[in-house]
Amino acid sequence: MKVVGALALSLGYLIAPAAHAAETVKVGLVTTLSGPGGVMGRHHKDGADLALEELGGKLGGAPAEILYGDDQQKPDVGRQVVDGMLKRDKVKFITGIVFSNVLLAVQKPIINAGAILVAASGGPSETAGEQCSPNIFSTSWQNDQAPEAMGAYMRDQKISDVVIMAPNYAAGKDMLAGFKRNFDGKILAEIYTNFTQADYQSELSQIRSLNPKAVFVFYPGGLGIQFVKQYAQTGLQGKIPLFSVYTQNETTLPALGAAADGNFEAGFWSPDVKNPVNEAFVAAFQKKYGYVPSEYAAASYDAIRLIDSGLKATGGATTDTAAIIRGLETAELKSVRGAFKLNTNHFPVQDFYLFKLAKRDGTDTMYRKMERVILPAHADFYAKNCSMK
Amino acid sequence: MISLLLIEQALNGVQFGIMLFLIAAGLTLVFGIMNLINLAHGVLYMVGAYICASVTQASGSFLQGAAAALVGTLIIGVLIELGVFRRLYTRTHLDQVLATFGVTLFFNEFVRIVWGPAALYAAVPPFLAGQVQLLPGLSFPAYRVAIMVAGLCAAAALYAVITYTRLGMLIRAGASNRVMVAALGVNIKLLYTVVFGVGAALAGFAGLMAGPLLTVESGMGSDMLILSLVVITIGGVGSIRGALVASLLVGIVDAMGRSLLRPALAGLMSQSAADNAAPAIASMLVYVLMALVLLLRPQGLFPPLTR
Repeated sequence: MKVVGALALSLGYLIAPAAHAAETVKVGLVTTLSGPGGVMGRHHKDGADLALEELGGKLGGAPAEILYGDDQQKPDVGRQVVDGMLKRDKVKFITGIVFSNVLLAVQKPIINAGAILVAASGGPSETAGEQCSPNIFSTSWQNDQAPEAMGAYMRDQKISDVVIMAPNYAAGKDMLAGFKRNFDGKILAEIYTNFTQADYQSELSQIRSLNPKAVFVFYPGGLGIQFVKQYAQTGLQGKIPLFSVYTQNETTLPALGAAADGNFEAGFWSPDVKNPVNEAFVAAFQKKYGYVPSEYAAASYDAIRLIDSGLKATGGATTDTAAIIRGLETAELKSVRGAFKLNTNHFPVQDFYLFKLAKRDGTDTMYRKMERVILPAHADFYAKNCSMK
Repeated sequence: MISLLLIEQALNGVQFGIMLFLIAAGLTLVFGIMNLINLAHGVLYMVGAYICASVTQASGSFLQGAAAALVGTLIIGVLIELGVFRRLYTRTHLDQVLATFGVTLFFNEFVRIVWGPAALYAAVPPFLAGQVQLLPGLSFPAYRVAIMVAGLCAAAALYAVITYTRLGMLIRAGASNRVMVAALGVNIKLLYTVVFGVGAALAGFAGLMAGPLLTVESGMGSDMLILSLVVITIGGVGSIRGALVASLLVGIVDAMGRSLLRPALAGLMSQSAADNAAPAIASMLVYVLMALVLLLRPQGLFPPLTR
């Protein structure tokens, strides 16, 4: 009898909170906060914090809080952190996730727990294609989109005889595959380097002896700082144009300085994208944190605001997952990138731009100067493989 | 044309080897003399790069930054020795690995707290920017030439100190039989502190020179530390000469492997298979070399005479 009573009591505890409509919405921000990738995690965190602050600490009208978790750039650690947040903290939303390999490791437990992932950085081909899920959204990009844009631009410029390079891991291969999808010129060499390699002098000597018309690379974070600096020191900067994706942006420019001057980068966003939402975001971000936001901060800012828009459909209640998903799919998000539309696989359909790295007028500060739109309303390649079952 | 590229790749290897030597020298001395496995050695390399980058940015002078980094890493090295490592000399290697790894974690977080998570800006000093014409048709970045010259000077100075001075004699004696050195009335504690400080400054020297080439960020010393451990294993633990030969060997094998494997493999298999296999095999070459040396000469190439 006692046992039954205790059971009934504990059941009552379990059921009781769900009855209240205005319970706290918990969002787990899982990102890389320590180690070499830590700077991208800082951008994620600050972007999300700013969004929640501007929304008055509420998502969809309900009080909300963000819990932070550090995946240390390791898939196994990311999975542990996400498991803890789902089981212990009962978070309904997970956002952040810098690295694609971490995302692949955490998507399954999130889907199984009936939670919703709003990715704010890497978008692996699997997640956008066969392994897509109604519970997974992205406010950032599918990995191949930017290299596809750069390949299209270089094709249109009739550039041939290029060398393409990336670190030897999953995303590196995706990036070069994406580049080759649109590029039709001659590729003199396709060089993969060790993921932990710090010195590229040997590869740069090869590049110089091949004497290509252009070089295309993908070197995220610290790898990019090393590569671009050494490219300049070898005397190649300005002689052989350097094109990149996810390499020369606001996370690396402060450390790169003039070594990036005159190079090119493709992407979906920069602080100089002209629209009122973005101008307000960049100004508020710089005022609050004292540094220039990157696309990681922008995507994270949008992720929190997408959750807010989606939760409006349920009035802030988090019990009906299907209703939240419908809310997110139809959300009217005023994105920092301007027009925002989600594809059938919940990845954004968006413009991709060509940026030229240049000094801001009258200063030594490097920025991404907007050159032109390369691919307008560009959908990713893998959406056709997504059945959304 | 092909031979010029080969010479250039050999130079790349030599330059990388010299950087490795500066780190490995301190590591091998500390291991050889104090029998201490110091996993925190890479930290001093990182701190050297951080101090040099931030002082250079504040003062506008690379030389001031370099001087501050040398003095700073020397002081930090001495402080770590006095505060932590002194207690570890009589402990087991497992205790040493745990404690020195803890010091690594501490400093990796410490630089993030002091300097923030973003990488620091470190550029080549203006007087070393540009290229040097070494041979007709072969130009090399001036800064890398400077690294080679500075590193070789440091190696020569280290060699002179160890071979011709009283301090060097004590260091050699300590590496051979530290109990006997202490029994003869030498202040072995002071000797340990001095050796540790010098090793720290050498790692700091490598770090300050690496700053403009690499990314100045938390954890940057870890990969260099692993390669340095490979170097001292190949060279023979405790031997400076072994460290020099082994680091040049490792540097050249690494550079040649990365540049020659891809075209070589392309002759044996399809180009795309070679593109995939070459970086994987190239990154293993150094460890294959170590395994071979351990197989043929388990004590390393130049083991110090011990009893």
